[in-house]
Amino acid sequence: MAQDTGVGSRSVERPPVLSAGPLGWLRANLFSTWYNALLTIVILWVLLQIVPPMADWLVLSAQWGEGSQEACRAAGGACWSFIDEKWRFIVFGTFPSDQHWRPTIAILLIIGLLFVSSNRNFWSPWLGLVWVVGMGLVFGILYGGFLGLSFVPNTLWGGLPLTLVLSVVGLAVAFPFAVLLALGRRSDLPFIRAMCVGFIELIRGVPLISILFMASVMFPLFLPTGVTIDKLLRAQIGFILFAAAYQAEVVRGGLQAIPKGQYEAADGLGLSYWQKTSKIILPQALSIVIPPMVNTFISFFKDTSLVIIIGLFDLMSTAKAALTDPAWRGFYREAYIFIGLIYFAFCFFMSRYSQWLETSLNRSRRH
Amino acid sequence: MTAIQTSGDGTTPGPRQLGDEVAIEMIGVHKWFGEFHVLRDINLTVHRGERIVVCGPSGSGKSTLIRCINRLEEHQKGKIIVDGTELTGNLKNIEVVRREVGMVFQHFNLFPHLTVLENCTLAPIWVKKVPKAEAEATAMHYLERVRIPEQAKKYPGQLSGGQQQRVAIARALCMNPKVMLFDEPTSALDPEMVKEVLDTMVSLAETGMTMLVVTHEMGFAKSVADRVIFMDQGEVVEQNEPEEFFSNPRSERTKLFLSQILSH
Repeated sequence: MAQDTGVGSRSVERPPVLSAGPLGWLRANLFSTWYNALLTIVILWVLLQIVPPMADWLVLSAQWGEGSQEACRAAGGACWSFIDEKWRFIVFGTFPSDQHWRPTIAILLIIGLLFVSSNRNFWSPWLGLVWVVGMGLVFGILYGGFLGLSFVPNTLWGGLPLTLVLSVVGLAVAFPFAVLLALGRRSDLPFIRAMCVGFIELIRGVPLISILFMASVMFPLFLPTGVTIDKLLRAQIGFILFAAAYQAEVVRGGLQAIPKGQYEAADGLGLSYWQKTSKIILPQALSIVIPPMVNTFISFFKDTSLVIIIGLFDLMSTAKAALTDPAWRGFYREAYIFIGLIYFAFCFFMSRYSQWLETSLNRSRRH
Repeated sequence: MTAIQTSGDGTTPGPRQLGDEVAIEMIGVHKWFGEFHVLRDINLTVHRGERIVVCGPSGSGKSTLIRCINRLEEHQKGKIIVDGTELTGNLKNIEVVRREVGMVFQHFNLFPHLTVLENCTLAPIWVKKVPKAEAEATAMHYLERVRIPEQAKKYPGQLSGGQQQRVAIARALCMNPKVMLFDEPTSALDPEMVKEVLDTMVSLAETGMTMLVVTHEMGFAKSVADRVIFMDQGEVVEQNEPEEFFSNPRSERTKLFLSQILSH
């Protein structure tokens, strides 16, 4: 079977091995040329200058567990005792301290909702209902006032639950609004198009801080006397408007990437505008814009820290407030590292999830 | 202008009797793209069961002509009546016509995020409100007709161009249209895939479907068409049954076009 061996020997031929082993890898990747070698040495030297003192400050000389601030200052390293003392205030803000189990459950509920939503098997209209019920529970447990739970006004909420509520509700409500704005901006109807362009350009052209100020200071001026709208709700509305304007432009980018032929094929089959939009155009457009959309999500999650200017105490503000305790003044590095890690955990999850979602959507389609 | 009632049929020579029923009627249709006059005074009557091939140089308006029939393009003057429904600004009428008219595009335009089967069942389920199981059975029937039932669960991106175009034909057929429009269905295909799509179209013609086909495939025109229409600069220059059209073209423009297209 001469023919068989011919085919066999062709299929086992592999690319030649040019370098092998750790030494070969080092030579190929770190010391391939003289300037590459020089760069490697310089970077190693810089790392040597930075890493040991950092490790010393963070871990070796750090003061761990309970301890006084005098002990901390004597130790010379990071004062994790400060976090040990203050973490509950930073995470939960001014929520009554005997009731901290309530915001804990609220946080876990929100994280649970996010995990459920991230599973594509659960993507159905029911998910919307799950969210409404879930967020209802979150607000119920935070407000209380029923079943023997004491009522906690939202002026006392703070820290992580506030940050999560502001960003999750803000992004979830803004998203459908943004899709409508993006569709409206491409509408054939001049009035609708003008309204959408006007809204988007107006909101995008103004800093978020000024929108929050407007929501908290100016907006009540337009209300009839005696009518007041809750400060948290006002900030939330400001966020939704701002996020919607930005997301609308991201969605519009996706809509523009859909070839004209897709619209024509849908039209030719007799699909109505909303059938065409919801079944053909949006599924494709939204999967294209996952990376920039997650980019806006991450940036808005962090932008919630701006609510401090209207007197709401989100995670960032509670960390700053914790530093005003005269007994623990000056441990700002520890405080910022602590909340930085919390922010990072959420943002990193979003980023990894978006990467996973992109590959999983593309795998089934093989564009 | 006379509508030709009889014509040769490549497989079974001899005149083919068509009914008097009119499927499409175009009366004095004009269209402009901005200042550019794409369609000039088009008068065309298509009878039920008739197969028409539209040819002509690029930019002659032949694609625009058939795209006006399902209102992918809007005509600005004249009348287009499809199966008794006049195409006007009235959305209801446009919806009615689009249900009756299937279209196959040069670039297939399958929906890449849906499987082959979902591509075929989407419109019947949502536009005609057909139950899902029934729509799937119909889709499988037509996928068998175009000879790719085994690809039903795949996504369009996993198929070859010829297979994609056959799915596009099946997708249009699933709506049970009375008229099928083909807009250069083989122009975007690799040469070895042209035949499989043309074969599918020939077998569709054998079922008595009313077809309007814009194509440069003159072999298809010769063997299947009841009538060949030659367009140039937005006008219908000449129309005749294929044998006459190819052997004895009347106008100079037709002769020039045929000499260019048949010389290679």
